[in-house]
Amino acid sequence: MQVGWLEVTVATLFLTLVLGAIWTRGRNWLDPEFWKRYAIIGSSVMFIALIILTFDTLSKTKIGSERVPSPTVINYKIDYKYDPEKGYYRPVIGPEKELLFGKEYTEEEAMALITKGKLVIQSRACMDCHTLLGNGAYYAPDLTKSWLDPKWEKIMVPATQSKTKEEAMVKFLMYPDKYATWTRRMPNLDLDEEEAKAVVAFLKWMATINTNGFPDHFGESKLVKF
Amino acid sequence: MERILTKFWGDISNLPEAKKIALMYWTVAIVLFGAQLLFGLIAAYQYINPDFLYSVLPFNITRMLHINAMVVWLIMGFIGGIYWLLPDETGHDVVGAKLGRIGFYLLTGAVAIVVLVYLLIQTGKGNFFTMWFINEGREYIEAPRWADWGIVAVMGIIYFNVLATVLKAKKVTGLLGVLLVDLVALAGLYLAGMFFTPNITVDQFWWWWVVHLWVEATWEVLVGVLMGWALMHVLHTPRRIIEGWLYLEVLLVFGTGILGLGHHYYWIGTPEYWLGIGGFFSSLEPLPLVAMIVHAVYDAGVHKLQTVNRPALFFIFLQAFGNFFGAGVWGFMHTLPQINLYSHGTQMAASHGHLAFFGAYVATNLVLMYIALQYIRAPQGPILDSKTWKIAYVGMIVSMVGMVGALLVAGFAQTFFERAVGGATWQDYIVTQMHPWVKIPMYWRLGFGILFFLFYFVLVYDMLTIGKKKATEVEVKPA
Repeated sequence: MQVGWLEVTVATLFLTLVLGAIWTRGRNWLDPEFWKRYAIIGSSVMFIALIILTFDTLSKTKIGSERVPSPTVINYKIDYKYDPEKGYYRPVIGPEKELLFGKEYTEEEAMALITKGKLVIQSRACMDCHTLLGNGAYYAPDLTKSWLDPKWEKIMVPATQSKTKEEAMVKFLMYPDKYATWTRRMPNLDLDEEEAKAVVAFLKWMATINTNGFPDHFGESKLVKF
Repeated sequence: MERILTKFWGDISNLPEAKKIALMYWTVAIVLFGAQLLFGLIAAYQYINPDFLYSVLPFNITRMLHINAMVVWLIMGFIGGIYWLLPDETGHDVVGAKLGRIGFYLLTGAVAIVVLVYLLIQTGKGNFFTMWFINEGREYIEAPRWADWGIVAVMGIIYFNVLATVLKAKKVTGLLGVLLVDLVALAGLYLAGMFFTPNITVDQFWWWWVVHLWVEATWEVLVGVLMGWALMHVLHTPRRIIEGWLYLEVLLVFGTGILGLGHHYYWIGTPEYWLGIGGFFSSLEPLPLVAMIVHAVYDAGVHKLQTVNRPALFFIFLQAFGNFFGAGVWGFMHTLPQINLYSHGTQMAASHGHLAFFGAYVATNLVLMYIALQYIRAPQGPILDSKTWKIAYVGMIVSMVGMVGALLVAGFAQTFFERAVGGATWQDYIVTQMHPWVKIPMYWRLGFGILFFLFYFVLVYDMLTIGKKKATEVEVKPA
């Protein structure tokens, strides 16, 4: 049997109600002891449910799983398409290759690169201006699918006189103050080239995570036309 | 230290050690409250003039200081509350007072160093040295790893103080029982936020264990304990009623809030079942907050608003209503996944955060501090009251509502334009930020923010002066 959200919800509520009723049998509901027992039962049932769900979630979100793909996806072309069966937008990986910085990365190299990228992102407190997977601050754009942002190719490649999208991204990350496109400029956070490349790889990898359709219809804008 | 405490709080020579430690924490808490507001103002101004301190103190640093100062001062306020009620609940002064003081100095020293590093060094290279000694870059818990361990050590000391005192008294009241369990959960959860993984999905999964299970579960229960204790002292509500309600609160807060964690797991890469679980349980999260309102209003009505501590009573009302509206209503507004898909990561969340933290946690700390002020300055009564607390009270509420309203308008506009009509891209973001419905509210937010800052000084002035005049001529009347 496939266990979904409804089964979990009904089961936890049912268990709380029944176990609580058994433990408080014969007690007046105005007696604090009645509520104490219900509080212990309710909290325990919910916490145990959370632990079980945590194990399940962690097993489904390992790097290399269907939802959180292997870092070698940075060797492939990435897209974001509506999945009519799921009812939401999903990343599409490959099948054609699209190398990053003209190089094919092995599993190990790719892993080292995104690990470095994540460290750089944390060390510069990116989350205190941007959001990643929608979490962070609201002073700058969300980066969840930033790799797929049309602005890189349409504006930043010519602006930085680059040949490829990733080259433009590296230049922008190293000198954001120089290539600003708006009065609210990103500060120069002193990234060296190695760090900037790692961040680009991380962003490409992050765009392949199945985020249940967030952000909806990314890149299909009726507001902005290039 | 004694001199500073006497200056700020009044004659403390007869206080038990536990209450002195409480005052030490609260003094630092009030100062950090001011720091939170100051950095919030700078950040708010940077929205309007992005060149302001652009290369000296960029937005990510001011914003980090804004939210970190908030987390730390609220926790210090709660710790103060715990030390304050400990002798009253156990009938004994704190066991290990010296250790408790050392804990205070350790925490305060660590906070000072972390703030200095944030200000002067700000960011480091992308390596583990930065994670350990400069900043970890994970929103709300940016503090470097060494400070994380320091916090855990201090929590250990505080826990020892509480537990040893309870054991010595050989009596556990219902309030203390809940407190002891809740503190274990609160400190234990912090450990979930202390590791590095490149897997951002797993990173955010555990990060929310800390942030959500603090703010929407263990902090709420802790506040339930503190407010229950406050009601007993301000309105003389019988313990039996307080404890019955507290257990109901625990059932409802943990019953809805633990799986309500799922509303943070919609879009971070975690499985789809979280959409249903998170949506269902987090929709019920307002329930305990409704119960708290019923409780506070009912109690106040039973006592016909008769109290010996008017500011504390009114901050109790603010707590009940602010928690309900800020955490409950504002949270409910964007908690269903069907709405959150578009509103996630917009100023809606900032609007909710401001009102919820103010109502639920700022108000709680102020209630306790006013109870302490009465205890020290007007123990014989007849009543603690002044004009200035009313000015601060109304002023802070009005300016907070102003900020929250402004952010709400901006958040709605972002949801519609950037996310629904637009494609959530970089350029959609910029175009929306320049839209008058987002741009103008940022001015309103700054204006109300400045107002809030001014009323903070009125509040501090009131705390320094209230009850110092002999209040013998004031007659006791309903508030």
